[in-house]
Amino acid sequence: MKISFNINGKAQTVEVPDGDMPLLWVVRDILNLTGTKFGCGKAACGACTLHIDGDAIRSCSYAVKFAEGKNITTIEGLGTPENPHPVQQAWIEKVVPQCGYCQPGFMMATAALLNKISDPTDEDIDNNILNICRCATYTRMRKAIHRAAEIANSTNSAQQLNP
Amino acid sequence: MRVPRVHQTPIQMKRTISLIGLSLGIFIVSVFANEPTQKAEGIQMDTKQQKVEELKTPFDKVMAVLTHQRCINCHPSDNVPKQGEDSHPHHFGMLRGKDDHGFVAMKCNTCHQDENNKYAGVPGAPHWALAPASMAWEGMSRIEVAQALLDEEHNGGRSHEELIHHLTEDPLVLWAWEPGVNNEGEEREKPPIAKDEFIKAVKEWFETGAVIPEK
Repeated sequence: MKISFNINGKAQTVEVPDGDMPLLWVVRDILNLTGTKFGCGKAACGACTLHIDGDAIRSCSYAVKFAEGKNITTIEGLGTPENPHPVQQAWIEKVVPQCGYCQPGFMMATAALLNKISDPTDEDIDNNILNICRCATYTRMRKAIHRAAEIANSTNSAQQLNP
Repeated sequence: MRVPRVHQTPIQMKRTISLIGLSLGIFIVSVFANEPTQKAEGIQMDTKQQKVEELKTPFDKVMAVLTHQRCINCHPSDNVPKQGEDSHPHHFGMLRGKDDHGFVAMKCNTCHQDENNKYAGVPGAPHWALAPASMAWEGMSRIEVAQALLDEEHNGGRSHEELIHHLTEDPLVLWAWEPGVNNEGEEREKPPIAKDEFIKAVKEWFETGAVIPEK
C-alpha cells in the first residue's frame, strides 16, 4: 500500500504492508527521522508527538493511511541550529532536558499550543500539555513554555514593525 | 502539564508506611477469611447474568446497553471522561474542554482517530468526543437515563425520529459493538446484547410510544 504526504516540507511516498501501521513506525524506521521517540506505544506519554496539518498528534496511535495528503512536521522540521524555533530557543535558554528522551514530544506539543494560544496561561499549559517526563523536568518546561511565547511574540511584533 | 506527586515529606512518608502496614494487615485478614469474599463475588456475577437473561422488554434491552460502560464512559457527570471496564478517570487529567472535544492543542483526536488502532490499543470512531454535559448519564438509574434521553432539554433537542437515527446509525454509538482491544491487547467488553438486537429493541420501544416504566 502506497501513502503520499508532505513531511517537513518535502513530498514523500512510502510503501507499507499495512495501512494501519502507526505513523511513528514509518517516520522512524522508513524515513529515518528518529527525533520523534517511541515511548509507551499507547498514546499515553506523548514522546511520539508530531504535527499533522498544524495539530499535535500522538503518532503511535495514528494509522499511516490517515496521513494521505497531509502535511506532517516532526522535530527535525521545527527549526534549524542556525534558526531555531522559539520553542527550541527557549528550551536551550532554560536548559530544560535532563535525559532528553521525552523532550521532542514536549516541544512539538508546546509548538502546537503556541500556534493556537500565543501567550498561554499556566491553566492553558495544564490543560494542553499532558505529556510525561520521567526526569520530572516539568518546572523548567513550564518556564520554557512561557519564554517560548515571549520569543515568538517579540519576533512577531518585530516582523509587524519591519515587514 | 500537571506535575505528578512523586516526592514526599518525611511526615508524608511516615503516613504512607502506616497506610502500607494497614493495607497489608487487611490483605492478610482477607486472605485467611476469603470464603465470604468469594461468595460475594459469585453472587454478584450470578446477579449480572440473571439480569441479562431477564432482559425481556425492548426497554430493558435498550437500557441495558445505554447504562453499559461503553456508553456511560463518554456521558460523564463530572466533565471527566472515563476509561475501561471499571470506568476509571481518563489518564493524565484529560477533561471535557469547552466543546466536548478537549482543548485547543490537546483534543480527543490528538490520540483518538476515526478507527480503533490495534497497535496502540487506542479506541477510535468518527467524531470521537464526549456527549455534551447536558447529556450526563453517569450515576443515573436506567429510569433517569431514559427520562434524560427523551427530554429535549437534555438530548440536544432531538425528536424521537432523530433519537432512533442516533441510536441505530451513528457510528460512534455503534462503535460499542466493535470496541477493539485495550492497551494490553485484550478485547474490550461489548454491551450485554447484540447490535442487531439492540437496534430492533430501539425501534420497537419508540414504535410503542417510548414508555418508561415506573421502576
